[in-house]
Amino acid sequence: MGILAFLIFGGVFLLVVVILVFIIIGLYNKLVRLRVDCDNGWSQIDVQLKRRYDLIPNLVETVKGYASHEKETLDAVISARAKAVQTHDASDQGAKAMGQAEGELTQALGRLMAVAEAYPDLKANQNFLSLQEELTSTENKIGFARQHYNDVVARYETSRQSVPTNIIAGMFSFKEREYFEIEEPEAKNAPKVSF
Amino acid sequence: MPIDPTPGVPTPGDGLPRPHPRPHPRPSEGGGADKARPQRPRAAKREPSELDRVVRDKVRALPGSLTYLDLIRKNKRDSVLLIVAMFVLNALVGGAIGGAIIPLFASFDSAGSTMVSYADTLSQDPMNADFDGMASEAMQVPSQILGVDAGVFRDTGRATLFALIGAAVMTLVTLGLALEAWFGGGRFLLNRVHAKEITKELDPELFNVVDEMRIAAGIPMPRVYLIPESALNAFATGRDPEHGIVAITTGLRAKLTREELQGVMAHEIAHIRHYDIRFSMLMAMMVGLIVLACDALLRVAWYGGWASSGRRSGGDKKGGGAIVIIFMILALILAVVAPFLAKVIQMTYSRRREYLADAGAAELTRNPEGLASALKKLAEDKEPLVETANRGMAHMFIMNPLRKKKSRHERGSVFSSHPPVADRIAKLIALTR
Repeated sequence: MGILAFLIFGGVFLLVVVILVFIIIGLYNKLVRLRVDCDNGWSQIDVQLKRRYDLIPNLVETVKGYASHEKETLDAVISARAKAVQTHDASDQGAKAMGQAEGELTQALGRLMAVAEAYPDLKANQNFLSLQEELTSTENKIGFARQHYNDVVARYETSRQSVPTNIIAGMFSFKEREYFEIEEPEAKNAPKVSF
Repeated sequence: MPIDPTPGVPTPGDGLPRPHPRPHPRPSEGGGADKARPQRPRAAKREPSELDRVVRDKVRALPGSLTYLDLIRKNKRDSVLLIVAMFVLNALVGGAIGGAIIPLFASFDSAGSTMVSYADTLSQDPMNADFDGMASEAMQVPSQILGVDAGVFRDTGRATLFALIGAAVMTLVTLGLALEAWFGGGRFLLNRVHAKEITKELDPELFNVVDEMRIAAGIPMPRVYLIPESALNAFATGRDPEHGIVAITTGLRAKLTREELQGVMAHEIAHIRHYDIRFSMLMAMMVGLIVLACDALLRVAWYGGWASSGRRSGGDKKGGGAIVIIFMILALILAVVAPFLAKVIQMTYSRRREYLADAGAAELTRNPEGLASALKKLAEDKEPLVETANRGMAHMFIMNPLRKKKSRHERGSVFSSHPPVADRIAKLIALTR
C-alpha cells in the first residue's frame, strides 16, 4: 500500500518535472529564435544602409557634372555621408546614434534631389535617372527593413517581458533590443521625396 | 471587433503593435473612393463610376476602427475553421466508405459467399453485432430501394475493379500534379502562360519593388517572371518562401504606377509568406479525394456490391432494418452532397486567403490605397482574361482570370475563387480612414 502510493506520487512528480523541463526548453528556444530574427532583421537594414553609402559618391559626381555651383548642397551630402559611415563603423554607438546620423543623411539627400529638379539636362541623363531609381528604392528598402526589424523587435520584447518567458529571459540574460528610429521629422516621407 | 492593440501591451501571436505606421499620402478624402483616376477618360467627368458608389456604400458599412491586424486575425481564424471543416467532411466520407467496404469485398463472385457467411458469423457474435449486422443488412437494402437488378452487372467484380482502377488513376494524376507543383516550383504553370524570368537590368523598377516588399516581409528574394500578355493579372507560386516566384503580365506592368505596383507585389508576396500555395494544394487534394470517394461509393451502391450481395444474402437476415435503411440513405445523401460541399468549402477558403493576402499587403506597405487603386484598374479593365489560364490555376492569380464579362461587378457566388472586387477595395479603403 505504502509502496503503491509512493510509486504513484513519484510517477506524478516525475511527469510534472519532465513536462516543466520541456516547457522551459520550448520557451528558451522561442527566445533564441526571436533573437536570431532580430539579428537577421538588423543585418537586412545594414545591407541597405551600406548600399546607400555606395550610391552617394556616384550620384554626387553625376550631379556635379550638371550643377557644379550647387556646392553647398553637395558638400552637405558628402559630410552627412561621412558622418553616417563613421557612426555606422563605431559599432558601440547604438541604434539611436545611428538613427540620428542616417536621418541627417536622408535629409541632405532629399535637398539634393529637390535641387536636381531645377536642371532639365540632369533629369534627362540616363545615368542620373537610374541612380535616382536606385536611391529611391534603397531609401524605400531602408524603410521597409526598418519596419520589419521593428516588428520583430516588438515580438521579441513582448516575449521577453511577458510571464513566464521573462523568467527564462532573466535566467539566460536575453538583452533588451532597441527599436531603430530614424530621428528626423521628414524621414517618414522619405520614400516620396523623389517622385 | 477588437480594438487597435496598444504598443507595449503583450498581445499573443502576431497581433503586434505597429511601431511605424506610414502616414498615408492622402488621408481619406470622401472615403477615398475618388482617387486613382489618372489617364482614364472617365476621370474628366468628375462623376463617380458605379464601382466607386458600390465601394463607398460598402466602406460605410464597415466599422471605423478596422485595422489590418483585425482583418488578418479574422481571416486566419476563418481559414483554420474551414480546414477543420474539410477534414470533418473527409472523415464523414471515409466513414461512409468504411461502411460500404465490407459489402464491396463480399461482392466478388468467387469469394462472395465465404465473405458473406463470415460477416454473418461475425454478426452473431454480440460484440460485433452492431457493426457487422449493419453491414450485412446494408447489402440487402439497396436492391430494394434502388430496384436494380444485379444481373445487369452479373460480373460485379469487374465493375468494382473498374471503379477502383479509375480511382487509382485519378489519384495518381492528382498526386503527380501536386508533386510537380511541389518540386517543379510551378514551372509547368509558368510554361503554360509563356512566362519569362527577368533580371534586374531588364526592369529595375519592378525588381526593386519586389525586393522592397520581400524585405518588408522578411523572406528571401523570389524569382520574378513577366507574362507576355496584354490582360491585367499577376500571380505567385512556390511551396515556401525559399522557392517563391512572382509573375505579372506585361499589360498590368505597363498600367500601374509605382505605388500600385507595390500594392500588387505586396499581395503576391503575402501569398508566398502565408504559405497559400501549400494550403491550397492541400485543399485541392482533399476535394479530389472526396469527389473520388463519393463517386466510388455511388458506383458501388448502384451496380456492384450492395445490390448483388443483398440478393445473395437476402432472406437470411431480418430485423434491425430501420437503422440500416437510415444509415444507407444518409450515406447516399452524403455521397451526392459531399463533393459540392467540399467545393464550396474550398472556394470559401480561397476567398478568405485573398482577403488575407490583401490585409497582408496593407501590413507590408502600410499603404492600402496603392493596392486598392490597382484593384480598381483591374476591375475596370476591358481586356479579355488570361487566355492560357485554366480552372486549376485560378486561385493563384490576383484576379480570377476566368471571370466572364458580365460577372465583373457581381455579388460573388459560393463557387467563385475570388471575392467580389468591390468588397476587396472597400476593405482596403476602410483601413485608411
